[in-house]
Amino acid sequence: MDITLTIIGQSVAFFVFWWFCAKYVWPLFMDIMEERRQKIADGLEAAARAEKDLELAQAKSTDQLKVAKVEAAGIIDLANKRGSQIVDEAKEKAKEEAKRIIAGAQADIEQEVNRAKEALRAQVSAIAIAGAEKILEGSINQAANEDMLNKLASEL
Amino acid sequence: MAELADAAHAAAEHGAEGQTVQEYITHHLSYLTYGKFPDGHWGLAHTPEEALEMGFMAIHVDTMGWSLFIGAAFLFFFRYIGLRATSDVPSGIQNFVESIFEFVESQVNAGFNYKNPHVAPLALTVFVWIILMNMMDLVPVDWLPEIAMAVGGLWGLEHMSFKVVPTTDPNITMGMSISVFFLILYYSVKNKGLGGFLRELAFHPFGKWMLPFNLIIEIPTLFAKPVSLGLRLFGNLYAGELLFLLISGLLGVYQLPAHFVWAVFHLLVIPLQAFVFMMLTIVYLNAAHEPAHGDH
Repeated sequence: MDITLTIIGQSVAFFVFWWFCAKYVWPLFMDIMEERRQKIADGLEAAARAEKDLELAQAKSTDQLKVAKVEAAGIIDLANKRGSQIVDEAKEKAKEEAKRIIAGAQADIEQEVNRAKEALRAQVSAIAIAGAEKILEGSINQAANEDMLNKLASEL
Repeated sequence: MAELADAAHAAAEHGAEGQTVQEYITHHLSYLTYGKFPDGHWGLAHTPEEALEMGFMAIHVDTMGWSLFIGAAFLFFFRYIGLRATSDVPSGIQNFVESIFEFVESQVNAGFNYKNPHVAPLALTVFVWIILMNMMDLVPVDWLPEIAMAVGGLWGLEHMSFKVVPTTDPNITMGMSISVFFLILYYSVKNKGLGGFLRELAFHPFGKWMLPFNLIIEIPTLFAKPVSLGLRLFGNLYAGELLFLLISGLLGVYQLPAHFVWAVFHLLVIPLQAFVFMMLTIVYLNAAHEPAHGDH
């Protein structure tokens, strides 16, 4: 065992290497590993957040589906109502139309009847005159006769 | 005796100029030493005897050089990886380096309970540096020395020693453990105050009326820390290297199976000793950060 200056050289090297390692090597890896730890933590957090978001979105979609169903039911109801309303209205209109047509027809009939009556009256009066002429055997005063006959006709 | 003769024969085949096994091993366990000769001039020692004569004023060029080279290579490599690392999914080499970081960080978190951002880099430096220095043990024992001798031959150093495993040099291991020892002293005084640190030495474990006994127990305990830390690492690696040399020296060219078996076993020792050194450094520094005993 020969102790020489080497022991001092090695001590100096020890401290120099320690200093170099602490200043230029250790921090490099510590920073990188810390950075990576941060990245992983962020990633995990993001994943958890995404999961929560998904849950929220699912809840929201079910809610919306429910609302949509209710709305659809309302719309269908409304449509049904409107449909029956339209049918009712149509029936109403049809009835009115029918009434109107019936009324028109009745008016026509009345008119026809009146006309027929008029015609009949004229014919009756003509027959009556002819009969009277035959009875009187000659026409007295055509004009006065005519007057009298018209009066008679309008009284009928 | 016949076996020994055979072994010597094998060794004789091994060394170019008829070394014995002992010479072979001694040669491998000597250092390439640059130092101050007794006559005052500085230069490379040509023989182990010359190196011994230099005493303290010498430097082991081989182990020191490998130690610096390995430490610098490791740190620059890690920095290179760190600079182009991304915080995306890590791949390949970055993953490997990061797993080392996480391992060291978890050990520091487990063993060190105080806030000190300098301890984790220290643990990393010590762990990886020692593991790599220990791994030089797995390079077949003759490769690098033979290359060195071939190169050294150009300057008349064809017999030079060249030790490639820095942790088999007590100067290297003790150099680190003494540095740790100074850190223990520094952080103890910093955190407990000089008074608190001395009180811990003098008044524990038996209270202030037994002060001499406390000192007798505590002071050797304190100094045993760096000595045991450094010598444990040195002893394990030196023993491992010695066995590699024995296998190589005794078996010559037939060493491969035995070398392989011992290398596999040694694979356990290499990270284990680095881990032990790192853990003890963390534990000692943790103790140095604890509040002084009298204070609570």
